[in-house]
Amino acid sequence: MTLIRQTSPHTRKASSTQAIMLNVLIALIPGLLVSVYFFGWGVLINLVWASLVAVGCEALIIKLRKRPIRFFLQDYTAVVTAALLALAIPPSAPWWLTLIGTSFAIIIGKHLYGGMGQNLFNPAMLGYVLLLVSFPLEMSAWLPALGVREGQGVLDLIASIQLFAGNMPVSSLDAMTMATPLDIFRENTSLTIEELWATNPVFSDWAGKGWQWVSLAYMLGGCWLLYKRVFTWHAPAGMLLMLGVMATLFYGGEGSDSHGSPLFHWLSGATMLGAFFIITDPVTSATSNKGRFIFGAGIGALTYIIRTWGGYPDGVAFAVLLMNMAAPTIDYYTQPRTYGHKKPNRGLAKPD
Amino acid sequence: MEIIVYAILALLTLALIFGAILGFASVRFKVEGDPLVDQINALLPQTQCGQCGYPGCRPYAEAIADGDVINKCPPGGESTIASLADLLDVEPMPLDEAHGEEKPRTVAYIREDECIGCTKCIQACPVDAILGAAKQMHTVIANECTGCDLCVEPCPVDCIEMRPIEVTTKTWSWELPPAPVKLIATDAGRGHAA
Amino acid sequence: MTRKTWPLTGGIHPPENKHQSTQLPIKIAALPDKVVLPLSQHIGAPAEPIVAVGDYVLTGQCIARANGFVSAPVHASVSGTVTNIGPMAVPHASGMFEPCIEIQSDGLDQWVALKTNEDYASLSTEALLETIQQAGITGLGGAGFPTAVKLAARAESAIKTLIINGTECEPYITADDMLMRERADQIISGIQILQHLVKPTECLLGVEDNKPEAIVALKKAAKNTTIEIVVFPTKYPSGGEKQLIQILTGKEVPSGSLPADIGILCQNVGTAAAIHDAVILGKPLISRITTVTGEALQQPGNFEVRLGTPVDFLLEQASLHSEHLGRLVMGGPMMGFTLQSLAVPIIKTTNCLIAATQTELPPASPAQSCIRCGHCAEACPVSLLPQQLFWFAQGKEYAQLQHHNLFDCIECGACAYVCPSHIPLVQYYRGAKGIIRQQELMQQKAAQSKQRFEARQDRLAKETAAKEAKRKANAEKAARLKAAAAEKAASDQQPKQEIQAALERAKAKKAPNKSKPQLTAEQKELKIQLAMVSAQLKKLQRNIEQSESTPDVKQQEDLDRLQQQQQSLETALAAATPNDSNQAAPPVEKATTSNSKENASSGPDLKVLQIKLAQAKAALKKAERAYAAAAENNAADQDALQATIAGKQVALAEAEQALAKAKTSTEAPSPSKEAASKKPKKPPLDEKTKTLKIQVAMAKAQLRKLNKLAEHADTAPPKEEIEASEKALSEAESALAEHQQQPSSSLADA
Repeated sequence: MTLIRQTSPHTRKASSTQAIMLNVLIALIPGLLVSVYFFGWGVLINLVWASLVAVGCEALIIKLRKRPIRFFLQDYTAVVTAALLALAIPPSAPWWLTLIGTSFAIIIGKHLYGGMGQNLFNPAMLGYVLLLVSFPLEMSAWLPALGVREGQGVLDLIASIQLFAGNMPVSSLDAMTMATPLDIFRENTSLTIEELWATNPVFSDWAGKGWQWVSLAYMLGGCWLLYKRVFTWHAPAGMLLMLGVMATLFYGGEGSDSHGSPLFHWLSGATMLGAFFIITDPVTSATSNKGRFIFGAGIGALTYIIRTWGGYPDGVAFAVLLMNMAAPTIDYYTQPRTYGHKKPNRGLAKPD
Repeated sequence: MEIIVYAILALLTLALIFGAILGFASVRFKVEGDPLVDQINALLPQTQCGQCGYPGCRPYAEAIADGDVINKCPPGGESTIASLADLLDVEPMPLDEAHGEEKPRTVAYIREDECIGCTKCIQACPVDAILGAAKQMHTVIANECTGCDLCVEPCPVDCIEMRPIEVTTKTWSWELPPAPVKLIATDAGRGHAA
Repeated sequence: MTRKTWPLTGGIHPPENKHQSTQLPIKIAALPDKVVLPLSQHIGAPAEPIVAVGDYVLTGQCIARANGFVSAPVHASVSGTVTNIGPMAVPHASGMFEPCIEIQSDGLDQWVALKTNEDYASLSTEALLETIQQAGITGLGGAGFPTAVKLAARAESAIKTLIINGTECEPYITADDMLMRERADQIISGIQILQHLVKPTECLLGVEDNKPEAIVALKKAAKNTTIEIVVFPTKYPSGGEKQLIQILTGKEVPSGSLPADIGILCQNVGTAAAIHDAVILGKPLISRITTVTGEALQQPGNFEVRLGTPVDFLLEQASLHSEHLGRLVMGGPMMGFTLQSLAVPIIKTTNCLIAATQTELPPASPAQSCIRCGHCAEACPVSLLPQQLFWFAQGKEYAQLQHHNLFDCIECGACAYVCPSHIPLVQYYRGAKGIIRQQELMQQKAAQSKQRFEARQDRLAKETAAKEAKRKANAEKAARLKAAAAEKAASDQQPKQEIQAALERAKAKKAPNKSKPQLTAEQKELKIQLAMVSAQLKKLQRNIEQSESTPDVKQQEDLDRLQQQQQSLETALAAATPNDSNQAAPPVEKATTSNSKENASSGPDLKVLQIKLAQAKAALKKAERAYAAAAENNAADQDALQATIAGKQVALAEAEQALAKAKTSTEAPSPSKEAASKKPKKPPLDEKTKTLKIQVAMAKAQLRKLNKLAEHADTAPPKEEIEASEKALSEAESALAEHQQQPSSSLADA
């Protein structure tokens, strides 16, 4: 027995990066199930395919970087990235769309910055935005949620696989897909809210048919993560609060010029997925709790602005990337006050 | 034609006005900073060893300010070069081996029973850190010694040696851990096993 | 009614692992065979030994006294013989050695006489502080700051709140818990002494709620006192001084200040008990209660152990399974340090020993990348951003580290405990702190060196300036003196001249003709020389002028002399030989012999001349002796020189000139001109001797070089070479000797 010098603390909490990532994956399960229920097998196919691509890319890059592959693959971060991307893209996406998006997210979005913990932008959102900008047609081809088309169920497995394999003619695809509730709402200029809800089967109770339940399922998973203390409430609260505030301020009533109620915005598009799973990515968000709140609020505001006045129906991805860039600046101004100090420090030691 | 003349005149007038404003501002709001030489000198280790080829740190600081290279200071080593590069906004460069290697700091020690009291080392010491008189034994004030080596050469009986500064429990400190990747047991390709 | 407490910022809940060591009451550890007492068991200067090897000491006897203000004495913890004073392994993270005193126990445990003090209230503050100081009491909680110093420092700021720390928040440690359970009365008594000393308005004893038995015992003991027992929720690191102050008072100790600055004094319960022992019982601090726990022990528990007891001796009493021992920690698992040797002693600050198995405290798993999850920031009790600090420490950005308040980090380890990536955060902070401290020291030293260097430069400049000024002043002074002397001489001349004149008159009357011819011959030469030295000439001229104005009787002589002088000047001019003082001097001397009166009258300058003369005389004599022989030699030389224009030796134009002079002098060997001819002879002579001397010197140098080479190099130069050079040297030397002898022999011929 040799006694060697070891640094304190000598005991550690039984927590690990793997456990955190696994918790995140578990928390995605409700949302995934509801998504599959409303949008069909495509979601699951995307998820599996994206995960495989992500792990493959990760392994390749780690090998190229001459790092121990097993050690780095253990942390599941690649799978989390892939899952988030797969849940964000339409269920009708062909295989190459997912492949491009995922490999870009892992290789360019993560490893070219230096790997885990070093990336400036959320990799999943980078991949998503790349696809959105490069392949707008495929990225807007959402299948209608269950119950939108009378008497029509979700796409069966065979059809989903055909869609995934790219064997489906575009015409039939066109016939199958449909604009998302946010898109329809955005395009509407003539109908009042009540009329819109009454005439368009896409909408139901508070937001889009199916979408609202998927969003609520994500929120459920997010709350479980909060309970597990995987992240703090600051960023999601900031985002949802700011989105709500913006939606309230610019509501514009129930008329045809309405911009949608807070509830509509909360339960539409990628709001909940973003609030609980994307902006809580610790690597690319602000550092302190206060900073994270500001970071979330910024995303909320930007999301609303892009949805309402911008060129895209949903703005979560762009808002996240924009705020990723702002995170260092937020950190600069939001250092907590250290014990025994009257004021928190600002910025860095040497002003530029 | 006329229009060109007007244009030129207008631009000239503008140039004069803005020039005047800028000139006034540069005089009125002039920032008095430390002269560059002082700033450079503050970064040098002040061992006054002369390994850079100048008779002390300040002369070297003056030389740097006049455009000499920043990698001639072995006692300062990489950190001094880095901070100088930062100050002067130039690329850091490796230490010029011609001027010596970066060594741990040492302190001169006189083997007192061998000292003949010639005072030669006292005259050589750039910081007056050697105590003694003619025909009397000399001794080094260890706290004041910069470890510059300059006293070793003049000693006619070679009774001065440079000793590394000893680490005690009071000065000992934990080292920064090695880079994380080296902690990985499976990272055998790098020859590091945890 | 319970007192309001404030929540701790951050903090963690590590598994307590305290029950293992609280099963049994405090045991008195056996007396060790030997104790090792480090001289530095406290913060501050090490104590100074006052015993020598071989001394017999009693238990409780002071063996090292406090050295300076912030220091504490050390007492023998057993009776026995001092066997060693010197560096020994001490409990320190570095595993280094420090000066210690080793005592071999005689097993008798004979105590010094103890001075008990039932009525401490009658003692003055100073006497009480002195008692505490002399007992060697330091903070027993962990840091080990000398208690008396801490108590005495309150003078500037009155203490409003006295806080007694019974928190013991680290896992495993139960020493204070057991002390509070079993010796609550002692603690309360000690606190009362502290209250008497600092006179606070309130006294709070803070205990975490995981020690119910201790709380009961304390509450019972503290009945009818003003000590308030405050219980608050368990959370690590509530026991940190600053953290406890925050919990109990809601106040924060400003960064860089002491609790005393906000009117608070903190003491550990163990320290309070030690104060009771020291003041009431008169016992110095020679033992403490230490928790000995860990899964590698069969019987963990708390021991009252003598300071200096070796760790292995103590572990033995808790039945150590040394084969299971994986990690040995002194202190708690959060902030303690690992021991690398079992031979180190228990010291005043040792509150716990954990002999852990591999599974209990497993080695750290490899660090992963930081994912900036922020769990560390949540756990940090001082609201730092550990992930940012880690980032900067990795990048060695020390300015940023300081800006992010690295030095407010208390190294509690909460951040590293929660880190999911297993990053050794605390080590990063410790390492960075060490480097920053080192850099600050270097900067201080650089500033100091710069100051000293500049001071030296200044001094040297001043010294040179002073020397220069002194030289100038001296030159001026000399010039002034000269001028003054000249004036004085001029003014003195008259009376002296009169006397002289009178004397000369008498002389002239006696032998007017005898002296003259002799004078003329000698004086001629004198005047030639005087003509060459302008100053002398002028003076003489002035003298002559003055002598002209002297009485008539004397004038005749003076006129004669003047004439002679003029003549001599002319001949001198005609000869136009360059002159030097040496050459000028001899005739002066001759003049003095012949014309001593006049020379005597020329005042202080004469003295200089006389000295010069004496010097010249010697030189001249030498030259005289050398002359004749040299003349012959030179003639030959000269022929040779003239024949071979490419003269390779030192005979240059100067030599030729000198030789020419020598020739002229040899051509006219009249006795009267002998002296004159001797002068020019000197240069050629010099030339000759010089060359010879140079040859000798060169030969010597060569020989020395060869000898040196022979000494240093293994490949010694051939012996022949040395011998050859030796020969050359002896030849050159003999040549020189011969050459120097020649003049004397040839002098006879002349």
